[in-house]
Amino acid sequence: MKLNGAQILVNSLEKEGVEHIFGYPGGAVLHIYDALEFKDSITHVLVRHEQAAAHAADGYSRASGKPGVVLVTSGPGLTNAVTGIATAYMDSIPMVVISGQVPSALIGNDAFQEVDAVGITRSCVKHNFLVKDINKIAETIKKAFHIATTGRPGPVLIDIPKDITIAEVEDFAYPDTIDMRSYQIVSDANSNEINKAANIISAAERPIIYSGGGTVIGNARDELREFTRSLGFPITQTLMGLGAYPATDKLSLGMLGMHGTYEANMAMHDSDCVIAVGARFDDRVTANIDKFCPKAKIIHIDIDPASISKNVAVDIALVGEVKSVLNDLMSALKDKNIQDVSNWWKTIDEWRAVNSLAYQRKEGVIKPQSVIEALYEVTGGNAIVTSDVGQHQMWAAQYYQFDEPRRWINSGGLGTMGFGLPAAMGAKMAIPDMDVACVTGEGSIQMMTQELSTMLQYATPVKVVNLNNSYLGMVRQWQEFFYEKRYAMSYMDALPDFVKLAESYGHVGMLVEKESDLVPALTEAFNMKDRTVFLDIITDHTENVFPMIPSGAGHNEMLLGGRDEMKSTNDEGLNLV
Amino acid sequence: MRHIISVQLENESGALSRVAGLFSARGFNIESLTVAPTNDSTLSRMTIVSVGDDNIIDQIVKQLNKLVDVVTVIDLTSTDHIERELALIKVDVNPNTQADMDKHIDEYAGKIIDVSEDTYTVEIAGQSRRINDFLSAIDASEILEVSRTGVTGVCNKR
Repeated sequence: MKLNGAQILVNSLEKEGVEHIFGYPGGAVLHIYDALEFKDSITHVLVRHEQAAAHAADGYSRASGKPGVVLVTSGPGLTNAVTGIATAYMDSIPMVVISGQVPSALIGNDAFQEVDAVGITRSCVKHNFLVKDINKIAETIKKAFHIATTGRPGPVLIDIPKDITIAEVEDFAYPDTIDMRSYQIVSDANSNEINKAANIISAAERPIIYSGGGTVIGNARDELREFTRSLGFPITQTLMGLGAYPATDKLSLGMLGMHGTYEANMAMHDSDCVIAVGARFDDRVTANIDKFCPKAKIIHIDIDPASISKNVAVDIALVGEVKSVLNDLMSALKDKNIQDVSNWWKTIDEWRAVNSLAYQRKEGVIKPQSVIEALYEVTGGNAIVTSDVGQHQMWAAQYYQFDEPRRWINSGGLGTMGFGLPAAMGAKMAIPDMDVACVTGEGSIQMMTQELSTMLQYATPVKVVNLNNSYLGMVRQWQEFFYEKRYAMSYMDALPDFVKLAESYGHVGMLVEKESDLVPALTEAFNMKDRTVFLDIITDHTENVFPMIPSGAGHNEMLLGGRDEMKSTNDEGLNLV
Repeated sequence: MRHIISVQLENESGALSRVAGLFSARGFNIESLTVAPTNDSTLSRMTIVSVGDDNIIDQIVKQLNKLVDVVTVIDLTSTDHIERELALIKVDVNPNTQADMDKHIDEYAGKIIDVSEDTYTVEIAGQSRRINDFLSAIDASEILEVSRTGVTGVCNKR
């Protein structure tokens, strides 16, 4: 039977087990959409903006572990998706993006809706392809999924000219396997290095495990827990790593970095052995790199050789899959005597007693932190929580205790405002049985409110928790601290009535202005299982995120809320922003 | 320090821009870059000269290896290797300067490959240093045009 390129493409996606595609049609992809009409095994989700397609596919992937799939048309379809692609790239999320392209003969002619998709996306994808031959479609899709999902995952773009989707061939065979000489994955770390690491670990007096997003993406939850518990070492997790190790466990010190806990950052600073597990020493984590972990030998486990000694020179590099490296390390540690670390725990417990996440309540005002605490209480800690970017993101990370991986979904690397709502929609489609909350702010949510329409169409009930303080809060906080309270463009006037906005999209809107209404309102919202509820919660306009490592400072130079005065940072610090 | 990095990559369209884009996006320095097919028609050989400390060169090698189209990366500088560059240099000659110019060309094993009424086109091949030295030896005002290929190189061993 003759098949056209579009049918081969759609059949290939089916062979890859794709069940959901997030996209938006247009001229260059009309043949592909026509082919999709005949494919019952694939649900296409029609978003309202292509950026949301990429974010939704991203949220879908983060919640489920499966690759997200995006389909957009040429030109503006692709350029709109770029922010979402870059977001996935920075957080190493497996994604396959198919973009239409103008017909081959018109490429380079400035044709209608033509952009150089491969050129534009090159620096924000793991790899990309321009398909020039109908006979290469199936192989290219096989390669794209292979590259996107193996090694350090990431988005892969396939740009396909319209004529290639129209051309016909006689038969279609999807390759079972693919071998690329230029793309080989190392899964196991060097055994000599494993042994060296085991020696350092067993001799450590003040060890700490620093686990990141790679542990979540690498599905190494069980191995991380066994490794940590068998050693009895303290563990801190990055913004991207939360949940791989349970936050409520006694060995957990919470998040580290700019807005991490006092105990986590102080322990990093004083440690003599840092075991980095699937973490990449990002600048929000290390703070001032010259002051980072001055006393520690550093062991770094990462699948990506380019992450090793990129920001911080490490003593031992264990390049491989987090799962397999942790298993090898545990075997190597079996017959070793581990140093007693009880004195180290005594020191850590003194830091814990500082209670760095304490905040002061104020009569008649809802503190944003208390909203997250109420959300945790009402959901029993069992919701998937997505967030946008800013203060609310930090509060969600600090106050919602994530005990499982893939429950906390946020744009950590790129810091993309607008990510939260479409990501929540994608997560709900991936895991329909779980409650999904989107913690957002009045700034971020307005970058993506149009997706409320998609969420009605596809019945993906999400609880939107809008921490509305009328300010771009993180910008306001920095202006207060570092720009002598000149609040340039951080106050948002003329906000919409979010309750009516939600209602006009066919959802439920609730306004919450009193702290005593928080738990009842959230409870009512979560009881409406099949409805999207938008909770517009008016919070303290002036609250700041604490604790905080000011730019240019080290882990041991944290500022605590309500206890330390913010000193203006130096020029070097401002530059680091 | 100056490093010569030799890269074998899939001979596909866009491969060159991936490498060039990597250098500009990550702020790595390129002194020269040459690219051409090899005896295997599916592969291209790219030779890049870059300057940086050991950490930067280490990152360059790792980031190049990370590109999906890249098959092998070798820092030739860390091995026994041979490097060559070719330059075509057009110089001004007149009866007063000709003897001097001939002497310099001879000294640097250059070849005069074209002669016009008042110019020579000189070909010099060798290590980049030799080309630099030749250019310094002759009077700058006599140099009309310089076109250099950039460095290419191979390992001495199999």
